[in-house]
Amino acid sequence: MASVEMWYSSPWTKSLPMRVKTKLGLPLKEKKLMEVKLGELPSWILMRDFTPKGIAGAFQRGYYRYYNKYINVKKGSVAGISMVLAAYVLFNYCRSYKELKHERRRKYH
Amino acid sequence: MNENLFASFATPTMMGLPIVILIIMFPSILFPSPNRLINNRLISIQQWLVQLTSKQMMAIHNNKGQTWTLMLMSLILFIGSTNLLGLLPHSFTPTTQLSMNLGMAIPLWAGTVFMGFRHKTKAALAHFLPQGTPIFLIPMLVIIETISLFIQPVALAVRLTANITAGHLLIHLIGGATLALMSISPSTALITFIILILLTILEFAVAMIQAYVFTLLVSLYLHDNT
Repeated sequence: MASVEMWYSSPWTKSLPMRVKTKLGLPLKEKKLMEVKLGELPSWILMRDFTPKGIAGAFQRGYYRYYNKYINVKKGSVAGISMVLAAYVLFNYCRSYKELKHERRRKYH
Repeated sequence: MNENLFASFATPTMMGLPIVILIIMFPSILFPSPNRLINNRLISIQQWLVQLTSKQMMAIHNNKGQTWTLMLMSLILFIGSTNLLGLLPHSFTPTTQLSMNLGMAIPLWAGTVFMGFRHKTKAALAHFLPQGTPIFLIPMLVIIETISLFIQPVALAVRLTANITAGHLLIHLIGGATLALMSISPSTALITFIILILLTILEFAVAMIQAYVFTLLVSLYLHDNT
């Protein structure tokens, strides 16, 4: 693999389109989740950016991904925000599960 | 049942972390900012509502009072959206906490009062004595007017807290009663269920009305003082 990495680092190879580079072999840091092999998964997770800036970037990317797919479209529907509200309800349910546990219909709580 | 009734009003913490800040900031996600001339449907609906409300609410003010438009519009949006989100099951409503409502009411009321004293001192002081009172009643009336002035922020906060908390408590209680009655006599449970539906419709109205009333009163205090 040493020859592939050396070949990869030249300016011409860096300017190839992404679909060519994934076929030819990317370094682990730049692969997306679906392209990582199962054995490489722990080292890929450890290489992610866990600084505050990186986490903020991840939240921002996630927000815009959802926003541009469901809400910022020409004919957005009610499903766009109702998914958000359903997730909010689920989050609050998980948060208060400890108290809600005692309200089930059981003989022994 | 007794302890559970008030457990939903406790400050939410998850593993010791106060996530109440996240819950207070959550409604802001539901109001994206408009970027273009013609936006997507969500933003267009919100823009239309905000324009409708602001025209109705700020029409009574003069130029000086209309500088408060941004403040009052964000106030009514915040209180309205927080109250409506609190009607979802299991959610936490920040406006049930007196601390937060006092934190909203006192600075706004104080802002209007100080503005009035600064710009129109004589007129602001004249509010303490209504016209045409008999001479011997003047000291009494000044005291009463002072008290009624200082009670305004407390009334604003307590009104909002009490209304929303009472509504949530009623929903909990009647819902619990419906569940308990289902095994004893289903017809009574049906009646209680219909009461629950009516109550929920009322709560939707109350959520929005309370936001409106809060903002309206602040704008009234503003009108008096500009």
